[in-house]
Amino acid sequence: MAVTHASLAHSTFTAPELIRNFCIIAHIDHGKSTLADRMLQLTGVVDSRAMRAQYLDRMDIERERGITIKSQNVRLPWNATNADGTMTEHILHLIDTPGHVDFTYEVSRSLAACEGAVLLVDAAQGIEAQTLANLYLALENDLTIIPVLNKIDLPAAQPERYADEIAHIIGCDPDSVLRVSGKTGMGVSELLDRVVAEIPAPVGDPNAPARAMIFDSVYDIYRGVITYIRVIDGKITPRERIQMMSTKATHELLEVGVISPEPVPTKGLGVGEVGYLITGVKDVRQSKVGDTITSQAKPATESLGGYKDPNPMVYSGLFPMDGSDFPVLRDALDKLRLNDAALTYEPESSTALGFGYRCGYLGLLHLEITRDRLEREFGLDLISTAPTVVYKVTMEDGTEHVVTNPSDWPGGKIRDIQEPMVKCTIISPAEYIGAIMELCQTRRGQMGGMDYLSETRVEMRYTMPMAEIIFDFFDALKSRTRGYASLDYEEIGTEAADLVKVDILLQGEPVDAFSAIVHREAAYAYGTSMTEKLRKLIPRQQFEVPIQAAVGARVIARENIRAMRKDVLAKCYGGDITRKRKLLEKQKEGKKRMKMVGRVEVPQEAFIAALSTDAPSNKDGKK
Amino acid sequence: MPSTLPEGDPVPSDGSLPDQSFVGAGDRPFGFYVHVPFCATRCGYCDFNTYTAGELGMPGNGVVRSDDGAGSAADTWLAAALAEIDLAAAALERGPHRPISSVFVGGGTPSLIGAGPLTKVLDHLRSTFGLAPDAEVSTEANPESTDPALLDALKGAGYTRLSLGMQSAAPHVLQVLDRRHTPGRALEVVRQAQEAGFEHVNLDLIYGTPGERDEDFAHSLRSAVGAGVDHISAYSLIVEPGTRMARQVKSGQLPMPEDDVLADRYLLAEQILTEAGMSWYEVSNWSTTEAGRCRHNLGYWGGGDWWGIGPGAHSHVGGVRWWNVKHPAKYAAVLADGHSPGYAREILDDEARRVEDILLRLRLVEGLPIEMLTAAGREQAAVGVADGLLEPGALERGRAVLTLNGRLLADGLAIRLLD
Repeated sequence: MAVTHASLAHSTFTAPELIRNFCIIAHIDHGKSTLADRMLQLTGVVDSRAMRAQYLDRMDIERERGITIKSQNVRLPWNATNADGTMTEHILHLIDTPGHVDFTYEVSRSLAACEGAVLLVDAAQGIEAQTLANLYLALENDLTIIPVLNKIDLPAAQPERYADEIAHIIGCDPDSVLRVSGKTGMGVSELLDRVVAEIPAPVGDPNAPARAMIFDSVYDIYRGVITYIRVIDGKITPRERIQMMSTKATHELLEVGVISPEPVPTKGLGVGEVGYLITGVKDVRQSKVGDTITSQAKPATESLGGYKDPNPMVYSGLFPMDGSDFPVLRDALDKLRLNDAALTYEPESSTALGFGYRCGYLGLLHLEITRDRLEREFGLDLISTAPTVVYKVTMEDGTEHVVTNPSDWPGGKIRDIQEPMVKCTIISPAEYIGAIMELCQTRRGQMGGMDYLSETRVEMRYTMPMAEIIFDFFDALKSRTRGYASLDYEEIGTEAADLVKVDILLQGEPVDAFSAIVHREAAYAYGTSMTEKLRKLIPRQQFEVPIQAAVGARVIARENIRAMRKDVLAKCYGGDITRKRKLLEKQKEGKKRMKMVGRVEVPQEAFIAALSTDAPSNKDGKK
Repeated sequence: MPSTLPEGDPVPSDGSLPDQSFVGAGDRPFGFYVHVPFCATRCGYCDFNTYTAGELGMPGNGVVRSDDGAGSAADTWLAAALAEIDLAAAALERGPHRPISSVFVGGGTPSLIGAGPLTKVLDHLRSTFGLAPDAEVSTEANPESTDPALLDALKGAGYTRLSLGMQSAAPHVLQVLDRRHTPGRALEVVRQAQEAGFEHVNLDLIYGTPGERDEDFAHSLRSAVGAGVDHISAYSLIVEPGTRMARQVKSGQLPMPEDDVLADRYLLAEQILTEAGMSWYEVSNWSTTEAGRCRHNLGYWGGGDWWGIGPGAHSHVGGVRWWNVKHPAKYAAVLADGHSPGYAREILDDEARRVEDILLRLRLVEGLPIEMLTAAGREQAAVGVADGLLEPGALERGRAVLTLNGRLLADGLAIRLLD
């Protein structure tokens, strides 16, 4: 269908009753980006020649992993077919939300910019835990939900079954669940008509002082920070000065525009409209997600509310494999920080791993993505240490410590330890209930309840220490449910816990990178698994190497690497000398890549393997 | 498959050497290694530069003796070897005149080509350079191609020492190694050599062959000792990449023993040989007396000069190492054109010479003077004593000398001493 007239596409101050703001809530790989691609084509903002797959996912990582890390939005003109058969041009703002648990806050801000949401579910897989979590978030925000089954062209699609499931969850008629295929385009224009028909138009006061909510900000090397906003009241026009309500900082507005789907400058944005603005600031921290923008000349008195500073939940050390890359790592983090308001880091030095950074992340995915980007975009080879959550430790004498690194665990008498807890939701085929319960129990989980979403699928709710989730829980869950279970969690405060720090010692020397904070009852298991792992990973030395796990001064596990007994090459005659010298020079060079713990040479591969969250028990089990 | 040669700088076509290689030459021993690149068959573990008649495209049953007639591989080889001796004489003319202190004919299987060529090579060396009055002249021989007539001829030609590849006294071990002789045959040749008047006879043993048991090796050692030789070499089997044995090991057909087993076998060798009155003078070599030590090999470990004659032979003169082209045909063709058969060479700088000196001398019973080590290296020597790898008394006297355990761990220790 061709666009009849492009007037509304690029000219703003559209009447609010012709605007619909919506997002798509979907699980990774349920086809959100492909559906968005079809919408771009169908509304004519991208012609098929300029089309590329997953148009809105800009980063390579987003396209490869099939997830959206930063939100995107696009202004789509749509000639909606009215009930009487006539057509009226509307403006649809599609706000593409980040799709992962780590970015719940960003998701909540994106949802707050919308009046409705398309609940997109793979017709062959059914709803997943994160989708459910985001759906609840949308319902809390009073969004109108349009339930949609995607991929109905797949032979494995079971639309009846999953329509029933969705209907059961949101309390609608199964027949009202729309069936589409993002791949073939089937049902997409009906979906856009439903958006216009069912999602309420935005409401705001055009004459009130300007108020716009920031739902995302990204750093662009050419333009500086690009801030995405949704106007609630009044209007935002270029060349005026704006004010950030949380910090009172003011900036000159250099450009205001809409995404269509490339940025197009406009004369401003009115009530209900979604677009971008550029102020010339260079750091996303000056343009915080959730903050309210107003005009300096005629400022609003009340902000829109809901603003939160992002708090790192997970900490981990990042060390360059090659110590001389430390400055490269520093510069790389400085650059990533421009585009990532949640990333924190400070220098850390490890006796085993040398100089690196202690980084704070929103969660495990945030950690993985950051590491991935550092390696890919900056050519770094990195070792990351085991992730740690944030503990609050109170000593007998009343002093308090916030511990984000096992090396900072206080010695002496501890009165109380608080650890962060999460509420976690798992959706899985019912046959795995037993396996999941067993797993959650070993991870100190307390069951909060269980509901059947359908005859064969259940939703299980647990309260669990966050530390248990960030350490290979997801992998363990996947392997116990053959990949069918999905997981979501949210932080719900802290609880007292009996935790200890387990140190790992090589020949009596503690290896800081292997220290871990674990529950007292799990200390022995951690100690034995780590010492065993290291015994297999560290090559024999010319002397015996004891490996110990200790809590304080008490050794709880011990392994021994027997001394190597023979390394000499027996034959060394005239023709062997050159070869032998070259071999020795190579070995000497190889020694430089070893990390020294006291006298023990530990290959980097051993550090990487020992620190990887792949549960060794799983690997052994497969053999 | 013979292994491949290292790369290096080109060798001048006249084989000439830089001036620096003659500095201090008068104080260094001067030897010749002569490589005979022929074998009756190729053993599965061997990657030496040697060829069978079949591999050389020759008819017959694998015998390449020179009396097969004109144009035999051995005759072609002999002509080329004599030409290389002349080339060596020209290249060394600028240096001090030195009579030859040692000759070592190795292979391959020198005994395979018979007494004629072996006599002619030695005669030519003698007439060109002169032999020192006490010169050691060794040849390797295989039990199956050696008889009393050959031994008499070699003795008569001036050979003073015989080195026999016995490898093992256990039939099943010899079989895995593809050796054709029976266990008793090597010992019989030792007796014949003694009868022919050879004072110095060496037996080579290999330990750690798949299927070998401790008692097999103990039996081999006792048999060798019982033969009354004055020298025994014992090497752990090294499976070189590209050999038939490497493929058999990789496929799991031959299970290789662990290093710990090899360490135990070495200790067994030390025990049995010491009990028999022999003592070690290099990591893999034992002799009854100091006179029984192989002076030619000591030249390799002590930084001596030697010229290697023959295909693939390596040479060293005053910090210049070079190696010849490998194939006998290519070797003969280059020399026939009057050019050096050198394939590549390297001129060692001071640090490379120090590295070699340390790694080679550390293998000797005299060890190395700690003046050769840096301050950090000397600290490592002290750590070596604490670890039981170096003799404490020797270090006090200023030498790094391996202990029994140290001999087994000499390579890792050498790396640390190079700090």
